[in-house]
Amino acid sequence: MSASTLPAGAADLAFARKDILRIATAGSVDDGKSTLIGRLLYDSKAIFEDQYEAVERASKGDYVDLALLTDGLRAEREQGITIDVAYRYFSTPRRTFILADTPGHVQYTRNMVTGASTADLAIVLVDARKGMLEQSRRHAFLASLLRVPHLVVAVNKMDLVGWSEDVYESIRDEFSAFAAKLNVPDLTVIPISALNGDNVVTHSANTPWYEGTTLLHHLEHVHVASDRNLVDARFPVQYVIRPQSDAFHDYRGYAGTVASGVLRPGDEVQVLPSGLTTTIAAIDGPRGPVAEAFPPMAVTVRLTDDVDVSRGDLICRPANAPVATQDVDALVCWMADEPLRPRQRIAIKHTTRTVRGAVKELAYRLDVNTLHRDTEAGELGLNDIGRVRLRATQPLFVDDYTRNRVTGRFILVDEATNATVGAGMLTPAG
Amino acid sequence: MSTPDYRLSQLETLEAESIHVIREVVAELERPVLLFSGGKDSIVMLELARKAFAPARIPFPVMHVDTGLNFPDVLEFRDKRVAELGVQLVVASVPDAIAAGTVKEEPNGSRNRIQTPVLLDAVEEHGFTALFGGARRDEDKARAKERVFSFRDEFGQWDPKNQRPELWDLYNGRIHLGESIRVFPLSNWTELDIWQYILREEIAIPALYLAQERDVVERQGMLYAVNEFIRPRDGEQVRRETVRYRTVGDANLTAAVLSQATTVEDVIAEIAVTRMTERGATRGDDKVSDAAMEDRKKEGYF
Repeated sequence: MSASTLPAGAADLAFARKDILRIATAGSVDDGKSTLIGRLLYDSKAIFEDQYEAVERASKGDYVDLALLTDGLRAEREQGITIDVAYRYFSTPRRTFILADTPGHVQYTRNMVTGASTADLAIVLVDARKGMLEQSRRHAFLASLLRVPHLVVAVNKMDLVGWSEDVYESIRDEFSAFAAKLNVPDLTVIPISALNGDNVVTHSANTPWYEGTTLLHHLEHVHVASDRNLVDARFPVQYVIRPQSDAFHDYRGYAGTVASGVLRPGDEVQVLPSGLTTTIAAIDGPRGPVAEAFPPMAVTVRLTDDVDVSRGDLICRPANAPVATQDVDALVCWMADEPLRPRQRIAIKHTTRTVRGAVKELAYRLDVNTLHRDTEAGELGLNDIGRVRLRATQPLFVDDYTRNRVTGRFILVDEATNATVGAGMLTPAG
Repeated sequence: MSTPDYRLSQLETLEAESIHVIREVVAELERPVLLFSGGKDSIVMLELARKAFAPARIPFPVMHVDTGLNFPDVLEFRDKRVAELGVQLVVASVPDAIAAGTVKEEPNGSRNRIQTPVLLDAVEEHGFTALFGGARRDEDKARAKERVFSFRDEFGQWDPKNQRPELWDLYNGRIHLGESIRVFPLSNWTELDIWQYILREEIAIPALYLAQERDVVERQGMLYAVNEFIRPRDGEQVRRETVRYRTVGDANLTAAVLSQATTVEDVIAEIAVTRMTERGATRGDDKVSDAAMEDRKKEGYF
């Protein structure tokens, strides 16, 4: 076992400055996904003795099956597949990691989307012997659709192709070409053997031709500070705080989470949909007043004027407002057995605003393997992705998803069953 | 606190995420309630709820499913904290339910399973639609799989193979009459995060969490402090050890661990190097089977 990663804790003086990186892993169990995760956890000492012993007891083969650590449901153990996202936690002295381990099978695409939606970085695992399969394309495409800012392709089982640089390069080139089509901003391709640990935590002597970093080093150092939008101030009002007590007789605070941009007391702001302008009087954070608020801070904004503001309103700067529109163009990932069809009624939840709406038009269904657009498709089935136009009963305050991951996203809810049936990413009209 | 590049630290990020979740529930669901036992996780959850609505009061009651097997210190702490915050406390009592005949005592003395119907009855009686629980995903394999907003049918059952997709921070709290949502604001916190937060925010906790000398007996490699629920059995040697509790469950089932940690800083130093999980080291009730937690959740357990 490597000693390069120590448990983070009291001895770690940098604790207060550590940040969190959210990772989503995609790939199938056959590609060695569970083994890779098991190795990251084991080498960063996030696996405890009692967990390891339980896995040892349950392992049937010649070696300890680390996959048993990650497949928690009875059905998953019985079938040897991952059905739903499992969340894992590990840390190194530099960073803390929340890892969403997502299923690779096409019928669980919606669960992969769930896990990848909050990720800063996605790891797509590829078997070096098989190269880029349909499944790997789908995973890379979904990560790009959700605008996961960083993509890592881990070319696994390099030991089974004799550590061939040619194999690695051809897979790398194929992914680079595919990623260029998808506008993936940051792609890293790493040759590894999860089973033996090569290039996972420590550099491998088997790949003298590889000049990049190990997987863990990359996870620890990848720069995510500039992934957020700090330009466009957007503050969706979540809840109105009115103490109605003697001590805080006139207190009116607008609680919410900063979606993007930076807010400061003294800023002139506009409230949508009313369009009234006023000034930020104060911002209260969890420990009292703060001088500035930025994403993802959960704060309470107080305004100088007594304007009428409620949940679902949005606070922004007068010269930089989102688009207010009842017509929504978006790429939609459909997640229900019952297909999406034009004219269907549906609820749209966008930031803190939930409105009723209807499907106006299905422009095309996208083949995630070829990226071909089928304009003849009459519906979107389970796990299909397509471009949809919706009409909402009330205006929504939107930005393009490419510019703003918070004000550019929404979910669709079936009003009869209450199920979450779709995820949408706003695209420019046209 | 924050770095110049507008990034939050790990604890600040977790705190912001939890506050967002708590506010969302109150904005969208009619009658939320927070499950408060006086244990460290629910103490932190209650503190986050306080911060979410300050300077106003927490706009929902708290509920404790009292198994009748609680450590007295913890109950005392529970009552004190509730009074300080001015929130209403609803107690759902397992002993009362046993006396009324609605549940039966299990032969092994564990009230883990029978607290579920007591919880569900109380939920129905008060019409609660959302229940905040302090569970963390790092505690158990089944919990690692659960959503932040965990949909439960009219029987409180969890269907792990058919969970609602949960995208970004857009939570779906819509339910039909009789159904409910269990909400886990601490989903992404680890045991170490909880302790670091207790230290940073100077949050009061029951004294059991810090080391003190106690009379203990050893059973199946675990140390149980002698109390009104744990009496030495024939052939068991009582010895004096300095121990603390890593978790506070039922007093008849929760073991202590050898420890010299008399401050929160000491506890953090010990946890940072421990090689055992919180439940694995201390809970006699989770060792039943590999899928014990999954099975209990399917029946309506938290």
